[in-house]
Amino acid sequence: MNTKAYALYKKDLYSELRTRYAINALVMFIIVAISVILFSIGNEKISQNLTSGLFWVVIFFSAMSGLARAFVSEEERGTSLTLHLIAAPSTIFSGKLLFNLILVFCMNIIIAILYAALFDSFVINNFALFVVSFILGNIGIAASSTIIAAIISKAGAKGTLYPVLSFPILLPLILTVVQLTLLSNQGANFGDAKFELAIVFCYDVIMLTGSYLLFDFVWKD
Amino acid sequence: MFWKISLFIILAFVSIAGIAFPIVPVPHTWYEFPLIPGLKENAKIIFFHVPTAWLSSIAFLMSTLYSIKYLRKKNLDDDAKSYAAAQLGIIFCILATITGAVWAKFAWGSYWSWDPRQTSIFALLLIYGAWFALRSSIESEEKRATLSAVYSIIAFLTVPFFVFIMPRIMIGLHPGAESIEGGKVVQTASPVVNFKMNGNMLAIFFLSLIGFTILYFWMWTIGYKSILIKEKINKQSIQE
Repeated sequence: MNTKAYALYKKDLYSELRTRYAINALVMFIIVAISVILFSIGNEKISQNLTSGLFWVVIFFSAMSGLARAFVSEEERGTSLTLHLIAAPSTIFSGKLLFNLILVFCMNIIIAILYAALFDSFVINNFALFVVSFILGNIGIAASSTIIAAIISKAGAKGTLYPVLSFPILLPLILTVVQLTLLSNQGANFGDAKFELAIVFCYDVIMLTGSYLLFDFVWKD
Repeated sequence: MFWKISLFIILAFVSIAGIAFPIVPVPHTWYEFPLIPGLKENAKIIFFHVPTAWLSSIAFLMSTLYSIKYLRKKNLDDDAKSYAAAQLGIIFCILATITGAVWAKFAWGSYWSWDPRQTSIFALLLIYGAWFALRSSIESEEKRATLSAVYSIIAFLTVPFFVFIMPRIMIGLHPGAESIEGGKVVQTASPVVNFKMNGNMLAIFFLSLIGFTILYFWMWTIGYKSILIKEKINKQSIQE
């Protein structure tokens, strides 16, 4: 099962590297979103509270524009039936989740670097806390958005429906990671943030388990 | 027929009692409510606002339970039941949001202040909205039932975060949340019921909850039956 999932991930990666469909669009999207924020800020000095919120706003909308591809592209090319033949649903989900995880990590590292370079108030004082919350947050985003992508790939009006369906599911995660980013910017230690870290960790575990259990029903129809 | 008449009597009594019974500093007779400092007449919202909020979450729970049942048995009747529950749920959710917001303007000074409970009812409203948007975008009946069932289960997984966790980490205004009293963050009396209500106020509050819950189940039965009949007629007209 693991080798098949890995093969599926490699297939997605190669086809992505050849066409660069998602990567090009995503990089441009990130640049546009950040420059819109920079233009609207102008010369004002914005608070750390606002910066850590805006950081996750950009991440959320970039994820919404890029992550739906995983399943929608299979439906568009008509290759989902072939996938049905070669692998079990959980294997397919693992492969797609792995690809989305890598995509989310690459995308968010770019966003984090750009933020650190362009925003004066985005100063990370507790780097370890930031990294831990960043990793946990990314896993949560990838897990929830992969299962929602599977749902919308079977529905009409895919592009508009994706953020609408994902936002309520991601809301508890985003509220907590915004808090965590703020804490790491203020230089809080792990003891102050343990409750928030526990919430994000629980969210990741619940969403991963739930989406593995439910993916069977979405995939078989 | 008997229970319909008694339901009417319960709800009529609750409406009259909830609106018209006077609030006095020291209650002497059974129809006088005690004065709660800081709330005064505003305290009466509890008889109508809490049942609507309660029903919007009960409807969400029922919709999810029937979604799980649908995924197990693949019986389209369960999907109709889940749909009828969600239809009522969104109505009660809107009512709870509006009554709460109007009340908050008078009691707390602004319509909306992102208190944890307000955040969670907003999330519930978004979930209902997304659920109906998803349903309307799928044409095949079975597919629609399966995908919306999966979505409602995933959405239900986030409920513990809103109900149990957010009120504990965010500063809130509702009873049960953390609040600031005298410069210190304290945990106020946890469930809504614990706060300064006397016996007759509690009795009317629970009577109102029971009355609204029966009303909900009645509306829900009519709702899903009408959906089933509509589908039957559609199928007949296709066959002819």
